[in-house]
This record gives sequence, structure tokens and C-alpha cells, in this order.
Amino acid sequence: METIIILLVGVLTSVAIYLLLAKSLIRVILGTAILSHAVHLLILTMGGLKEGTVPLLGEEAESYVDALPQALILTAIVISFAVTAFILVLAYRAYQELGTDDLNEMRGVNDE
Amino acid sequence: MNNIILLPVLIPIMVGILLIFLRYFGRTQAWFSIATMALTAGIAFYLLEKVQHEGIQRLDFGGWAPPFGISFVADSFSLLLVLTTSIVALICLMYALFSTGKLLQSMYYYPSVLFLVAGVNGSFLTGDLFNLFVCFEVMLLSSYVLLTLGGSKRQLREAIKYVVINIVSSWFFLVGLAYLYGAVGTLNMAHLSVRVAEAGQGPLLTTISIVFMIVFSLKAGLLLYYWLPGSYSTPPAVTSALFGALLTKVGIYALFRVFSLIFNQQPEITHTIISVMAALTLIGGSLGAVAHNDIRKIAAYNVVIAVGFILVGLAVSTPNAIEGAIYYLIHDMVAKALLFLVVGTVIALTGTAQLNKMSGLMKNYPLLGWSFFITMLSLAGVPPLSGFIGKVLISEGAIESGAYMLLTLSLLSSLFVLYSLLRIFKNSFWGETIISKEDQVPLNNRFLVPCLLLVLLTIAIGVGTEGLSVYVTDAAETLLNPDIYIDAVLEGAQP
Repeated sequence: METIIILLVGVLTSVAIYLLLAKSLIRVILGTAILSHAVHLLILTMGGLKEGTVPLLGEEAESYVDALPQALILTAIVISFAVTAFILVLAYRAYQELGTDDLNEMRGVNDE
Repeated sequence: MNNIILLPVLIPIMVGILLIFLRYFGRTQAWFSIATMALTAGIAFYLLEKVQHEGIQRLDFGGWAPPFGISFVADSFSLLLVLTTSIVALICLMYALFSTGKLLQSMYYYPSVLFLVAGVNGSFLTGDLFNLFVCFEVMLLSSYVLLTLGGSKRQLREAIKYVVINIVSSWFFLVGLAYLYGAVGTLNMAHLSVRVAEAGQGPLLTTISIVFMIVFSLKAGLLLYYWLPGSYSTPPAVTSALFGALLTKVGIYALFRVFSLIFNQQPEITHTIISVMAALTLIGGSLGAVAHNDIRKIAAYNVVIAVGFILVGLAVSTPNAIEGAIYYLIHDMVAKALLFLVVGTVIALTGTAQLNKMSGLMKNYPLLGWSFFITMLSLAGVPPLSGFIGKVLISEGAIESGAYMLLTLSLLSSLFVLYSLLRIFKNSFWGETIISKEDQVPLNNRFLVPCLLLVLLTIAIGVGTEGLSVYVTDAAETLLNPDIYIDAVLEGAQP
């Protein structure tokens, strides 16, 4: 199971990097979103994908799942939501002001 | 357990939330935030005194003893930085009170600054690597907002670059955290230090440490500083001052903490990389500082030079060098804020940032001219100003450990700092005045007073080094002997 997830992380990361290198700003944003998904899966996998019950004393099960990676990615997901929301608004404003979403053309703006 | 440690983070956040409801009362917001910063500074000083008498303080959230819960740890190093942050933010807010327009104030400028300070203070105080990531993000999100407020074309363009670079570096941070958790199974910094020492820092852990090095270098502007001059020179002066004073320092703090506490087993690899990066940063920063004609860019490249200089202290890692680096860190926060405020005032007065379009400001604004002069001397490390003691101690450390290359570069960089700032001084303040008495824009005292306060502060740090030395020595001792930190955090807990 770990192997498959790690492969998935690899695929997601390469897709994300392909998108990040694109010229269009909206693709870059999608790239950052996929990038964060990849790392969330990585955190989950590095904690070990065990089978077991919730880590509560009353359960008296054979094995428990490590709850920490899940707590970590929960926080990380919230943060990446916030950042994605921000950068989407930023892209919209930049499109309004600069009249383009092409990163190459943005360089040519001259108001200095 | 000491609940007061939370206050430097909690108070700015609570007041920030309160200020959101006072959207259209600009002055009230400013005075509230100034009072908040004064309160935070007071608390930081109280804690600093307490740490001297009772040792390192810690707070376990929800009573979960480390290494299981999240904890805040306050030692002299972090508290010195929290104190300086609060004071610098206080003075910058005084400048903002009169320099930011109604529009900016109603767009939640002050709450953003307070959240930024909360993130910075949180990064200094946290004892947990994941929590450090969270505080970084709090700080970064506020900085994105501050950077884009105003929404000029230039700001938006630089902000896109800045945001994307920071998302990628945060991604690297999470990758490093994932691997570290997979490798040693903990994220509490003191516990990590114990585990890494037990396991011996093998190739795997060293690689992970280099991932962290990349992350923190990106935030600190160590070698990977390409984004820095652009994004620091576009926002309003007071925002640049806050950025220049606070943001890179958090990255530097993280580098110091992580590489003195956790990954300290293989200095021949990690510290060598840091020293090479510091050397390249010094060279690149110096070249950038003399190459540009835009005074904001020159000031931004001076930030880069200072980062390289402070990291020379970490690369050398002798007691003298670490102590010098802490002095220089404190000095740089004050002096960089001052530099950006003075530069911003000059731009506001002349209406241009180009060096060759201004001349003879000394005649019209003597007090501003002399504060720039003192800033320049302070940054170049002329005694008795604040930069001197740090430079001497770092140089001594470099000599002790035989790092003559680094020594040469760091001393040469001081000359470049002096030269680049002298260029500003000579071109804009000296020479024939081109502003006639009628055209002279009156310099409002409200702009000048914050600058003069920072000038007094840089003189006070330089003259009063002896008063400061108690705290700095203690901070350096904790950094050099990780055991003190580990014992304080893990006492009474079963690791």
C-alpha cells in the first residue's frame, strides 16, 4: 500500500511541477494546489499506513493508528486552502490590473 | 509551566481581531496597535528577566507533557528577538500612523501588521517543528496581504512571484517534516535533538537537514535571495521596514535553532554548506548593493548582505561568533527598520527613487540627513553604534577557527555596505540643492520622530552593550549547549 501511495505522490508532484513551470498564471495556481495534495499524502504515508482502530484506551484493540500525521495534514490542508484562496484572488486582481495572465507578458509592464 | 509565554502571540491576535471591527477608525486602530506592541514588549522583557533567574520557561498546551503535546519554549535567544520585534514593530506602527492613507487603513492594515507580529513571535517561541511551520504560515499570509495592499501593478506582479516562491518553500518544509517524522518519529525540537543524537546523524538525516536548510535559506534570503529585492522594494516604506526588520530574521532564527540544537552532529557537512552559502550571499548582496540606482533596491540588497554576515557566525560556531551573531541580529533588526524608514521618507519627499534625480537634501532636511548618516555608520559597524560589537565578535570567531576566507569576505562586505550607502548619502543629501525654498515639501515631525527613536535605539544598543551582554551571553550559552535546552523541555517527561 505504501508503495502505491508513494508512486501517487511522485506522479502528483511531477504533474504539479509541470503546471508550475507553465506560463499561464491559473495553471501555476493549480500546480500549487496539486503540490500541496502531494505532500499531504506524503506526510500520511511517512507516518505509516497501519491497520488498526482509533487511538483511544477503551478500544482495547491489537493495534492503533498513529493519529499525529492526520492531525498534521489537517492543519496543513487548512493552511493550503487559505493560501490557494489568497492566490486566486491575487491572480484575479493581477489580471484586472495588468490585463494578462501570461507570466512572460507581466514582466514587460513598465511603471517604475 | 508558565502561561505568560503565550501572551506575545495571543495579545496581537486578539487585538487584531478586535481591530477588524474598527475598520473605519484609522487613528483608533493605530493607537490600539501601538499600545499592544508596548504591552508585548513589556511582557517579553519581564520574561527575559525571569529566564535569567529561573532558567528556560516552557508552556505545555493542554497539559500534555512534551514530547507528546505542542509546547512553547522561551529561552534568552527567542525572548531577545521577541523583545526587539515588539519594539521595532512599535516604532514602525508610529510611522504608519501618519504615513498610511485612509484607504490603506480601512483595508485592515493594522490587523495584518498585528497578525504578522504574532506569527513572528510564535516562530521565535515555539518548541515544535510543525508549530514552527504553522507560525511561518501565519506570518507569510499576513505578509502577502501587506505586500499587496494598495494594489499597484508593480506590487501585484512582485507579489505573485513572492507568493509562489513561498508556497514552494512551504512545500519543501512539509516534505522535510514528513521525512523527519518518518525517520525519527517525533517533531518536538528537544526530543528531536535527543533522537538524532541517539541515532547518530547518518546520511539520511543529513539529507533531511539539507532540505530544512533550503527552506530556511529561502525565507532568510541566504543565497536563494532572488525574490527579495523585488518584493521588499515595492510596498509602502513602512511595510518594507517591517519586512526588512522581521521576515528574514525568522528564517535566520530557524537556521540557528535547527542547526545548533537538532542537526549538530555533522558540522563538517552542514556547516560547510552554510559557510559556502554565506560567502556567496555576501558576494551577491554586495554586487547588488553597488549595482543599483534605485535607493529602495540598494536598501533591499543591504538586507541580503546582513543575512550573509549573520550566517557567517553560525557557520563558524565558536562561542564568540555565536554571541556576535546574536548582537548583530538585534542590531540589524533596528538598523534595517531605520534604513527603510529613512529611505521611504526620502522617496516621499522627493517623489522619486532614482539616485541621480535627487541632490542636496541635507540643506532642506538636516535632521533626516544626519539620521541617515548615523544609520550608515551603524550598518557599516563603526563604534560606538550598534553594529560594531557584532562585527568584532564574529570576526574574532572567524579568526579563532581559521576561517580567513569568510573573515575577508565579511569585512569586505562591510566596505561595500559603506560604499553603497555613501553613494546614497553623497548623491541625495550632499551637493547642490535642487529644491528651492518655495518648492520644499515640509518634513512632518511625525515622520521624523520614529526615525529619531530608532537612531536613539541604535546608539543605545551600541553604548549600552554591557547591559545587553548578560542576556546575549546566556542566549549564546543555550545555543552552544543544547543540553540546557533539552533538560528544560524534557524535564519531568519520559522521552
